[in-house]
Amino acid sequence: MSELKTVETEMKAIVFQLMDEEYGVDVHQVRSIERMQEITRVPRTPSFVKGVINLRGIVTPVIDLRSRFDLEESEHTEETRIIIVNANDIEVGMIVDAANDVIDVPVNAVEQAPKVVGGVDAEYLDGVAKLEKRLLILLNLEKVLNPEEMDSLRNFKEQSE
Amino acid sequence: MDMNQYLDVFVEESREHLQAINEHMMKLENSPTDLSIINDIFRSAHTLKGMSATMGYEDLASLTHQMENVLDAIRQEKITVKDMTVDALFESVDHLEAMVESIIAGGDGKRDVSEIVGNLNHIETGKADTTIDNHQPSQMGGELDEFQRSILQQSVEQGLQPFSVTVELEKSCMLKAVRVYMIFEVIEQISEVIQSTPSVSDLEEEKFEQSFTVTLISESKANEIKDKISNVSEVDNVSVTPIEVGQLSNVESAAAIEVEQPEMKKKETDAPKENTNKPVNNKTMRVNISRLDALMNLFEELVIDRGRLEALAKDIDNSSLTDTVEHITRLTGDLQDSLLTMRMVPIDQVFNRFPRMIRSLSKELGKKINFTITGGETELDRTVIDEIGDPLVHLLRNSVDHGIEMPEKRVKAEKPEEGTISLTAYHSGNHIYIEIEDDGGGINREKVLEKAIENNIVKESMADGMEDHEVYQLLFASGFSTADTVSDISGRGVGLDVVKSKIESLGGSISVTSKTGEGSKFAIELPLTLSILSVMLITTGSETYAIPLSNIVESIMIPKSEVLKAHNQLVIDFRGRVVPLLSLKEVLGVEGTSKEKDQYSIVVVRKGDQMAALIVDDFISQQEVVLKPLGDYLANVFAISGATILGDGKVSLILDCNDLIK
Repeated sequence: MSELKTVETEMKAIVFQLMDEEYGVDVHQVRSIERMQEITRVPRTPSFVKGVINLRGIVTPVIDLRSRFDLEESEHTEETRIIIVNANDIEVGMIVDAANDVIDVPVNAVEQAPKVVGGVDAEYLDGVAKLEKRLLILLNLEKVLNPEEMDSLRNFKEQSE
Repeated sequence: MDMNQYLDVFVEESREHLQAINEHMMKLENSPTDLSIINDIFRSAHTLKGMSATMGYEDLASLTHQMENVLDAIRQEKITVKDMTVDALFESVDHLEAMVESIIAGGDGKRDVSEIVGNLNHIETGKADTTIDNHQPSQMGGELDEFQRSILQQSVEQGLQPFSVTVELEKSCMLKAVRVYMIFEVIEQISEVIQSTPSVSDLEEEKFEQSFTVTLISESKANEIKDKISNVSEVDNVSVTPIEVGQLSNVESAAAIEVEQPEMKKKETDAPKENTNKPVNNKTMRVNISRLDALMNLFEELVIDRGRLEALAKDIDNSSLTDTVEHITRLTGDLQDSLLTMRMVPIDQVFNRFPRMIRSLSKELGKKINFTITGGETELDRTVIDEIGDPLVHLLRNSVDHGIEMPEKRVKAEKPEEGTISLTAYHSGNHIYIEIEDDGGGINREKVLEKAIENNIVKESMADGMEDHEVYQLLFASGFSTADTVSDISGRGVGLDVVKSKIESLGGSISVTSKTGEGSKFAIELPLTLSILSVMLITTGSETYAIPLSNIVESIMIPKSEVLKAHNQLVIDFRGRVVPLLSLKEVLGVEGTSKEKDQYSIVVVRKGDQMAALIVDDFISQQEVVLKPLGDYLANVFAISGATILGDGKVSLILDCNDLIK
């Protein structure tokens, strides 16, 4: 019984860096964390789609999370990582500035996100967790990876061409 | 209990049994007195009933139960097989299929089967006064048919002893069905059950009082059998009487009978006769296709590493290293072959449902059709098998509806009353060919042209000069129909465009030949597998793309001076045809400049009859690659049909030429 309670009140989150903020995604949605590798561009896709990589034999799309949130893109460094996530059976790699931590987030520390956090629209967020001195922004991957939105973005792009 | 874990197995096995029933029903129609066929159908229906009852699909169970009763009545020769019987049984199978489909789709498998159950019930009782419910436990067991008697006779010759075992349960016994199950478990360990009274299915449903009788053959002694059964709790009394075979024929008729797995015995006793026409029963196991895919992925990793090793060995140039790498190359080649064959399944899987379909179609239309299948054992990759069914259904319907004429018309044309449709599959090289041929009226060239002109597909002025095969190709144009009256089955031409595009999307092609008055033939050519593709690798700018060879007409070099302009569009003159010229770099938005050359490297690609010429920077090589999907996230990317991983581990995209040609 006590174990059940912990599940309810805490979640494990993978913490990563984007600009100067710390973000978190539910550990259950994370497949693996990869170093930067060669990406094959896929033509006529939205600019945040960087292309596809060979992930142990499986062709996996990769998006730049900065660009996805309309933040300024940056040069890739030694720290740059691709976090492979899975939401609604869609598997995508997200390029982030760095990823190095797993922490327990008590559910009662999560608050609703203000309208815009670190340049990211609240629509893409599950909330903000206050942990002593850290502030963790929790991503809603279903929204971030929504393929319908992806389609509408592409159509928009094709029309504007 | 959570049944979900068994659902896959249930679905898979139900499909197999339904297929088996269908096949045997077709045979039954031709030889309605063959009891072995009835037994085969009975077994499948029985298993299906057991499975669906366990899974809690009651409608399925009750329908199969009623089917069983009818089959049982046939088996006991209480009723004879008539057209009506076969129709009702076929209809039942339709219902069963619908229910299983609903379960597959995540539904509850419920369906109103009361009508068909009533119908079956009527058939069952129509002739037979002794109904199934009339169970009277009999000391000697129920009536045995000739087949069962011969089993007993032969088992006695082999030194086995038949027994009649009557088991009486305690009056206080609460879960009789469970006891019965346990008793049968025990019995089946030491003997072969020939028959039981009441039938096993009634026993399972507790439709008996306190006792039941089983006829069995065993090596054990009577008291051993008695001891073993008495060990089951809540058994009040067990009596075991040896049966004298001679007395069997005089056994009085008692009640419904049930054959439990006579097949085993049959194989032993009739072995020499049986084995001659049955294929050797190879041992097989079921593997989830996703596991094979996972294996394939691992294998590709291996191939990629092999490529790296080969490059290294070349650099280092050490003979023993080179030898080892060469050996690995051979091994992985063999491994690839066996991996691919693992994914191959016989096309029978698809063909099997057609005889049934042709039967009902021809009945509906009042035509007489002899349908033959050859080459059902031809193997195809699983991925193709899944896709090819629909187009074939379409073509076959088309042949029935428009190919074969009505019997009177055939007689008038001095042809046999019964038309013939043959479905043939065979391998050749890296392709499989499927042909559908009918001996019907053939395609009317004039009618096709008339319609094509009417629908603005062809200009009247061009029509006269067209070759026959060109005319027939018009059938595949969209929105085409030559049927005078479009029936609810198909109009010839209607939907053929869909068939064509489906087959093309599988990397295949379709053609038609026809002779007026003698029939027509649709021929389909398909690649053996979709997961492996022959491509030509090309570069444009800094990027590498793969173009499927099936799309490529030719790769050529053309001096810049030969490029023409028409309507603001660059074109080339390719063997007398004006073909639009596209810069792949522009279309795909490739960055980086290419070297200025005074001639273009061009790949001419086609989609059906249309062509386009693509300017590329370089041709690299032709090779076989493994096709990988881009994933759901990038589902509809323009002009890209998938990706592949090259020897150096890099991903290369595969061009979809259909998108490039508009």
